Amino acid sequence: MDKIIGIVNGVEFTIGTSLLELSYLLAALLFVYGLKLLSHPDTARKGNMWAATGMGLAMLTTLLLHKNSSGEGIALMNIWVIIVFIGLGSAIGWIVARKVKMTAMPQLVSVYNATGGAASMLVALLEYPHAVAGDIGSILVTILGLVIGAIAFSGSMIAYGKLDGKVGDIMKPFMTYLNLFLLVITFALSIYIIASPLPPTDLMWALYTLTALALLYGVMFVMPIGGADMPVVISLLNALTGVAAAMAGFIYGNQAMILGGILVGSAGMILTILMCNAMNRSLLNVIIGSFGGSSGVGSDSVDQTVREIALSDAAILLSYSQKVYIVPGYGLAVAQAQHLCHELDTLLEGKGVEVKYAIHPVAGRMPGHMNVLLAEADVPYEKLMEMDDANQEMANTDVVIVVGANDVVNPAAEDDPASPIYGMPIIKVLEAKNIIVMKRSMATGYAAIPNNLFYHPKNRMLFGDAKATLQKLVAEIKSM
Amino acid sequence: MEQVLTLFFEYKESIFIIALSIFLGVEVISNVPAVLHTPLMSGANAISGVIIIGGIILVGHSDLSTLSVDLVLGILALVFGTLNVVGGFVVTDRMLEMFKKRKK
Repeated sequence: MDKIIGIVNGVEFTIGTSLLELSYLLAALLFVYGLKLLSHPDTARKGNMWAATGMGLAMLTTLLLHKNSSGEGIALMNIWVIIVFIGLGSAIGWIVARKVKMTAMPQLVSVYNATGGAASMLVALLEYPHAVAGDIGSILVTILGLVIGAIAFSGSMIAYGKLDGKVGDIMKPFMTYLNLFLLVITFALSIYIIASPLPPTDLMWALYTLTALALLYGVMFVMPIGGADMPVVISLLNALTGVAAAMAGFIYGNQAMILGGILVGSAGMILTILMCNAMNRSLLNVIIGSFGGSSGVGSDSVDQTVREIALSDAAILLSYSQKVYIVPGYGLAVAQAQHLCHELDTLLEGKGVEVKYAIHPVAGRMPGHMNVLLAEADVPYEKLMEMDDANQEMANTDVVIVVGANDVVNPAAEDDPASPIYGMPIIKVLEAKNIIVMKRSMATGYAAIPNNLFYHPKNRMLFGDAKATLQKLVAEIKSM
Repeated sequence: MEQVLTLFFEYKESIFIIALSIFLGVEVISNVPAVLHTPLMSGANAISGVIIIGGIILVGHSDLSTLSVDLVLGILALVFGTLNVVGGFVVTDRMLEMFKKRKK
């Protein structure tokens, strides 16, 4: 393994180092292949396995074959220490990932994203003192890795807190300026460090200040964002973590890290843009715009009577329909009612009713979150219709049941230019013949915008916890 | 200007990789159905755990004889990286397992 087999650009290399590079190439290819398979429902699981295999391979060969600049491999003692801590991290990661409830999935993805950002930040922090003064290229990537990693870390932790209901949305008008100011001084300090001719060890104070600034910026940048914009932010933070890892890849001249990181960065960025499009907003608008700031508009223009529907009437209405659409929202997930939803759907199908689900792209707390939850409840994914397809069928639908969804069916998005969600595509439930909204109370949705749908003559309310109501409804239909 | 060109020349291979990877990421993702957005994001998140290689290199070449701040931070980076990788892939698999079950 240590046999020198050649010299490239004046650097001798051994069998081991060339094998290591070869394994990195293989790992990078597996990342691409895995991600490709991940984007098709039939092959997704295999894709995840291949990507994981690539990661395992890269980790193993690094452990066994990596040499530092003076040609020393990783000592046996260090190998053991690494194995112990990787084992520890794996055990925790594995157990938490297996145990967590499906509804808490977005939070968990946020936390894991935070750990990735933190790792990049720490690697950059530890590598910086070893940089050579004046080597602008490597100092640049180290600083970028540090700043981006730190923002991804603290931002993801705040996103986690918000999704978990531990942190509220804080939006003050001055925050936009404060954030801009923070960004400018973070940028200025980065330039100062990169351009400075001083040896890195003399600039540690600046480095620590920069780390603190970037961490603070991450917090401040996610703080005002809430409501339907949360998925966009998570996706954006995910892209940032990828970029931070790629920057660390530059420090080590490691192509697998660079390719893997950038791949995640660009894929995450596209996903972010897709989600912004789904809400008809620009990314800039999401980041600096205030959401839910101008609520309470337009709600007084209509008659405010709300009609309720009795359970038995709802049961009859549904049983004698030909086509029923269910519009699930986060409320369904919170109430853990996805299994009951499926029960209702099979029960109705048994009576010859066609039941489908209309999934809004940003329903839930993450893109596709609803699909995962319904899949957990064994709903076949052929029944999950994307918004545009569902909207085409709305006019032929007898009953639409809205379970725990609010903003994604709010007609204000179409007819009230003053509404903060104006322009966001919605599921056009008003085109259906009847609407039943299941809701705990008349409270506004996550984005805190009033919803005139509830007062519409076509609509009937079925108040109560989604799970309890569905349970009663299922029992009612069974007893018919 | 000269400095920018020097930087470009010095890192030309990596810059090529970056440019092509950006394109690749966009191409690979662009046709994904909304059903898979969450698992895809989670899977991509796990891949961004490649930073763990940095953690392995850091701890691999650090001096174990004294318990320094650097060593502790390095180990922390290693554990965080592992959490990102293992947790990320396992969570993704768990989500996808549910899609699989329905396939006849």
